[in-house]
Amino acid sequence: MSAGDVLDLVGAFLVLLGCFLCFAAALGLLRFPDVISRMHAATKPQTLGLILLAAGVELSLRTWSSFGTLVLIAALQLATAPVSAHLVGRTVYRTDQVRHDLLARDDLAVDLEAAGFHLGPAPDDETEPPEDDARLS
Amino acid sequence: MSPVHIAVLVMVGLGAVLLVGAATLTVARMARGPSSLDRVVAADVLVAVVIATLAAEAIINDHSTTLPVMLVLSLLGFAGAVSIARFVAERDLAIRWRHADRPDPDSSGRRQQ
Repeated sequence: MSAGDVLDLVGAFLVLLGCFLCFAAALGLLRFPDVISRMHAATKPQTLGLILLAAGVELSLRTWSSFGTLVLIAALQLATAPVSAHLVGRTVYRTDQVRHDLLARDDLAVDLEAAGFHLGPAPDDETEPPEDDARLS
Repeated sequence: MSPVHIAVLVMVGLGAVLLVGAATLTVARMARGPSSLDRVVAADVLVAVVIATLAAEAIINDHSTTLPVMLVLSLLGFAGAVSIARFVAERDLAIRWRHADRPDPDSSGRRQQ
């Protein structure tokens, strides 16, 4: 077995591992209870899975031009995945779609209460506060 | 066909079967929702699955034609997730954390009527 054959086998195995990570993420996406934990599952194929896939493709193609493109793909994914995850998580917390009963600690809630914020009425809560009615009449 | 070639095809083919399962489960989550943010996260995973499919195809057919497509897809997934999270979700859903000292913009509009 030549060195090229060994590299081919290792590359195919890395691609198989990356595909397995994609499947695990999709399973977590379907089974986990709220958006935050689903985001945790979704990060796997985006970072580790893409790096494994890029390494596998490079090991089986073995050209410098593909090496440059694959490094760019992995680097871009590493730079952009945390940004999009942060923005989605921020929106999730602000619109109160977090399952508070599933959280072990919620440091941000403590800090928000200390800064004078409080949890407002639910979006579908149409009841008026009583002092508003007194002022209007 | 050498045994090494057959082994590579079997491994990547197994990976392709896993990718089909992953895409099916992700589309199921996209259809179910329940919120638009769930769909954003699912769409991100679906883009990653498509990139993985292109990688498997590049290995099976032994060419590097689809590498620029993978590059563009990894950028598009990011742009889609950021734009939807930034503009659509905050507009559609009421923001529930409010400051005690500042008046609520919705109810102050109703008081002026």
